[in-house]
Amino acid sequence: MPLIWIFASLLALGAVGYAMGRRRAVAVAGGDARRLHSLPNYYGLNVLLAVLVPSFGVLFAWMLMQPMLIEHSVAAGLPAVTAEHTLVMSDVRRLAEGLKTAIAQGAMSGDDMRALATGDGTIRAALAAVGVALGSEVEPVVLIAAQSYLAKTQTGDVLRTIVVITLAVAGFYWAMGQTNTAFRARNTVERAVLVMLMAAASIAILTTVGIVFSMLFETINFFGQYQIADFFFSTTWSPNFRGNSQLGILPLLWGTLYISIIALLVAVPIGLYAAIYLSEYAAAKTRAIAKPLIEVLAGIPTIVYGLFALVTVGPLLRDYFAQPMGWGESGSSVMTAGLVMGIMLIPFVSSLSDDIINAVPQTLRDGSFGLGATKSETIRQVVLPAALPGIVGAVLLAASRAIGETMIVVLGAGAAARMDLNPFEAMTTVTVKIVSQLTGDTDFAAPETLVAFALGLTLFAITLVLNVIALIIVRTYREHYE
Amino acid sequence: MSDTKPRAASLLVQNTRTRKRNAAETRFRIYGRLALGLGIVALILLLSSIIGDGASSFRQTFVTLDVELAEDRLDRSGTRDIDTIKKVTTFGYAPLIRNALAVEMAGQGIVIDGLSPKDAADIISKEATAKLRNFVIANPDLIGTTQSFRFLANGRIDGYYKGRVTLQTAVLDSNVSVEQLRLADALKAAGVLKVQFNRGFLTQPDASDQRPEAAGLGVAILGSLYMMIVVLCLALPIGVAASIYLEEFAPKNRWTDLIEVNISNLAAVPSIVFGILGLAIFINFAGLPQSAPIVGGLVLTLMTLPTIIIATRASLKSVPPSIRDAALGVGASKMQAVFHQVLPLAAPGILTGTIIGLAQALGETAPLLLIGMVAFVKEFPDAPPDGFFDPASALPVQIYNWTQRSDPAFVERASGAIIALLVVLIVMNTVAVILRRRFERRW
Amino acid sequence: MKDHLSVECEAILQPKIAARDVQVHYGETHAIKDVSVDIADNTVTAFIGPSGCGKSTFLRCINRMNDTIGICRVRGDIKLDGEDIYDKAVDPVQLRAKVGMVFQKPNPFPKSIYDNVAYGPKIHGLARNKTELDEIVENALRRAALWDEAKDRLNQPGTGLSGGQQQRLCIARAVATAPEVLLMDEPCSALDPIATAQVEELIDELRQNYCVVIVTHSMQQAARVSQRTAFFHLGNLVEFGDTGQVFTNPQDKRTESYITGRIG
Repeated sequence: MPLIWIFASLLALGAVGYAMGRRRAVAVAGGDARRLHSLPNYYGLNVLLAVLVPSFGVLFAWMLMQPMLIEHSVAAGLPAVTAEHTLVMSDVRRLAEGLKTAIAQGAMSGDDMRALATGDGTIRAALAAVGVALGSEVEPVVLIAAQSYLAKTQTGDVLRTIVVITLAVAGFYWAMGQTNTAFRARNTVERAVLVMLMAAASIAILTTVGIVFSMLFETINFFGQYQIADFFFSTTWSPNFRGNSQLGILPLLWGTLYISIIALLVAVPIGLYAAIYLSEYAAAKTRAIAKPLIEVLAGIPTIVYGLFALVTVGPLLRDYFAQPMGWGESGSSVMTAGLVMGIMLIPFVSSLSDDIINAVPQTLRDGSFGLGATKSETIRQVVLPAALPGIVGAVLLAASRAIGETMIVVLGAGAAARMDLNPFEAMTTVTVKIVSQLTGDTDFAAPETLVAFALGLTLFAITLVLNVIALIIVRTYREHYE
Repeated sequence: MSDTKPRAASLLVQNTRTRKRNAAETRFRIYGRLALGLGIVALILLLSSIIGDGASSFRQTFVTLDVELAEDRLDRSGTRDIDTIKKVTTFGYAPLIRNALAVEMAGQGIVIDGLSPKDAADIISKEATAKLRNFVIANPDLIGTTQSFRFLANGRIDGYYKGRVTLQTAVLDSNVSVEQLRLADALKAAGVLKVQFNRGFLTQPDASDQRPEAAGLGVAILGSLYMMIVVLCLALPIGVAASIYLEEFAPKNRWTDLIEVNISNLAAVPSIVFGILGLAIFINFAGLPQSAPIVGGLVLTLMTLPTIIIATRASLKSVPPSIRDAALGVGASKMQAVFHQVLPLAAPGILTGTIIGLAQALGETAPLLLIGMVAFVKEFPDAPPDGFFDPASALPVQIYNWTQRSDPAFVERASGAIIALLVVLIVMNTVAVILRRRFERRW
Repeated sequence: MKDHLSVECEAILQPKIAARDVQVHYGETHAIKDVSVDIADNTVTAFIGPSGCGKSTFLRCINRMNDTIGICRVRGDIKLDGEDIYDKAVDPVQLRAKVGMVFQKPNPFPKSIYDNVAYGPKIHGLARNKTELDEIVENALRRAALWDEAKDRLNQPGTGLSGGQQQRLCIARAVATAPEVLLMDEPCSALDPIATAQVEELIDELRQNYCVVIVTHSMQQAARVSQRTAFFHLGNLVEFGDTGQVFTNPQDKRTESYITGRIG
């Protein structure tokens, strides 16, 4: 049974359960809902939850587990576990998918499929007829594996349908059986809802755990193949898919840091002064126009900034600064990426600073004005020092954002890993290399691919530290004035 | 300072120090104005550069030709058997177009020295033969008749009318010759070649490196739409549920604290890290297909959740406790108070937050690169729910994809795609602002 | 009543502050209506009245603090030593150096005690060198009766002091700019009784050197510290006279009602 039908029947059963549970409750109360402990709806909801929650839970778990289990058992059946293991497995999967499509479209029966043989081109022809193109003729091992893959998948699917539907029906009868006048349906339903709410809230933790584990395992794998000291202390980055790569993170960190510093040098003064001007000086009318305009910058996707760096800022800097001064020949450079990233961060800095400046109590400003200070003296000597912790937090958050930014540097900074001081040279960052190592043809056994996970984990660790420090600073700052 | 107060100078005269201080004040104010101005100038520069580059992608050069669907080339047997007709590849259709152009040129009296018929036909996009073939396969009965077609012109010819290609650059360009440009001018003068609105840019799928003129956003728009559906269906209920728990029910303990810190941190985790998560968990571990909107949707859901949770919590917080007390006072359970009274009042804020979260997700690029959405996809995904598992592209990734191609015509395409993306984002944000304005409640 | 007041005031001294027909509008609200008052030097003048009566608003007119509120408009004239403080040529910055202010809630800057006091002298350039500045700070702290408590912790943050100490620090901060007038806006409302007593004692001492105007909620406080009392009601100056007389023999029924606790 296709997934969509399982979904539909579960939902239908749930709906029926709701209606029947409700009716039953009213019936046992002799038509007088006041004799029930809870409103009739809750009895219906109780049945609905008993039908849906366990069955959907099992269904999702099953969907997650089945491919893994089958893949393991099929992979174990493959004769030689080679370095191209993952490639073979993807062939198997593609072939199995193709065969499934062929059967689904009626071009082939299940028996035909089991009777297929390799070497005579029939499989390719048969699959081509249903629109599945295979790269090369199928090897016998792959065919056998694909057939077993398909068979196991089908068995699994049938089993899944049975188990899930049985669970739903069982839940239905169990909940219906519970329904009587004394049953505290509301309390039960509310407890279940609370658990679901809690589960939803816990997804945040699950995500963090997922992030850490998804990178941790592959990073450990990577350090099994590559010296940990070389990764952190080597100053050369030259991946080579034929092996013998130099994978030192230092040039990438240098590029990341250099670009981020330039970005902050652009964004912090502009953002801060703009925030000060908007919150302390600008007339209401100016603010009503200028503030949304600055915030528009925050809503623009980073890919747009990336293209801006690539086609406008890069060539501009090259033609009018770098080339005439003899500083460099490259359109993509640290300066290009840094400037554009700075623009991107302006609204980020300004809106955070705006909040923080507004959190400084008016009484402090009054105190300063009362002593005869001018506005700028008040801002510079009273408001800013008072807001300093918050602003430091905001700058740290901006720095974290700059370090993790990807699209602008992919399009604006270049791909050459080098440690140079000239900002008009192309350099590269951690994020750029994560993208370049993980897109295109990847081999998850090679250190050149796995290094991306180590880079990711490093990036995550750096931004985590910055974020947590910033969050703590900002939080204590806010509490201070609340 | 002594107890006998010296009489200070008159208030009506500004002393030197005050003058200096006021000058500093003016300078400070100018810095502020300058900073604000710089920010706005940057915005204008950014938008004008993108719009300047991209607006032209909504117009395209077309050549209208009457093509004779010659039977001796398309269906020699005369049986109109569809399988026989399918055997003629797109190469078989090229002569038809070549002839049609030659006839048109003869009819208009256009003669260009030093231009072979094949070179002449090259001013028409390579996509034309495919279009012709699809038409014939769909309408085999029309073989033998003459039909009028509107073909795309080659990207370089199109570039000629958009200023990318000039007669000077054509001399150095191996892909286009001066003669071809002359022909194009002559055809334009004759009204055969026109620059018109290009609907295909929004509806057609991507095209290969060689034919930028045919590249469209169809698949990307559909892919983005699918992902947004996934994000909406997952992030909204989960986000609202999580917020309700944290804001209304969560006890103050370490677990709650941990969740809070996690959410704040997740809002600031680099997006690329979510891409790695998607690649490792959803694709490598759970075995979901690459390039599929479902994977993109899941990754974007995880990224959008903190935004929605933060907005929803603020919205719940703004509902005054008196509402809860009133509900509890008439004997409602806490759950009933929250779901019946608080949640409806917080709904506009939640909706606004959700729209803003979706707008963010729509523009996100980096994580999608890692889950394979950057692949070249020419096939439209099926209708949902199966379509969620088909390969598709996404708007921002399509833009990135085009920036990586060598033909400068793709820069125009990428900028055009950004215009499309920005229009959608502006609409979404405007809706959010209107919602907020209309339903904003001050307690 | 106006005539009666001015006759009485001329008899005392040349007024430090002379306000005539002052009107204040907050947007649409007419907050101060036709207030005329003469305030003498070296006395403590108390403004009393129910909340929202305009006493604080009027106080803030005297050093043009209302300028910082966009929607506030002030008409009429207020003269300080015979000079119109709302004259175009007057820079409020210079004015406020002459007319110091202490606020309702102690609001020390998040700086050290020393820097809090030194802030005003620094921005107005009152000290030529560090020694002079030290001297000014010490004098101000002594005047505010805080020196003995604070002299050993001058470099610690002002926010670390107790409420009463903070308010005295704010008074020291105001005194340090060598003002001629000190405006105090309910300076004791956030303080406990002991701290209040200390500040009140201080106010009485300050009278010798300054013209002190204090807004207060508490009639007892007005009676304790002031020599002259003005009663405001709904934006009008209802009664102004010697404190003893206002409290024992009010001329206006509204004053009497307020003092006896019927309105307020």
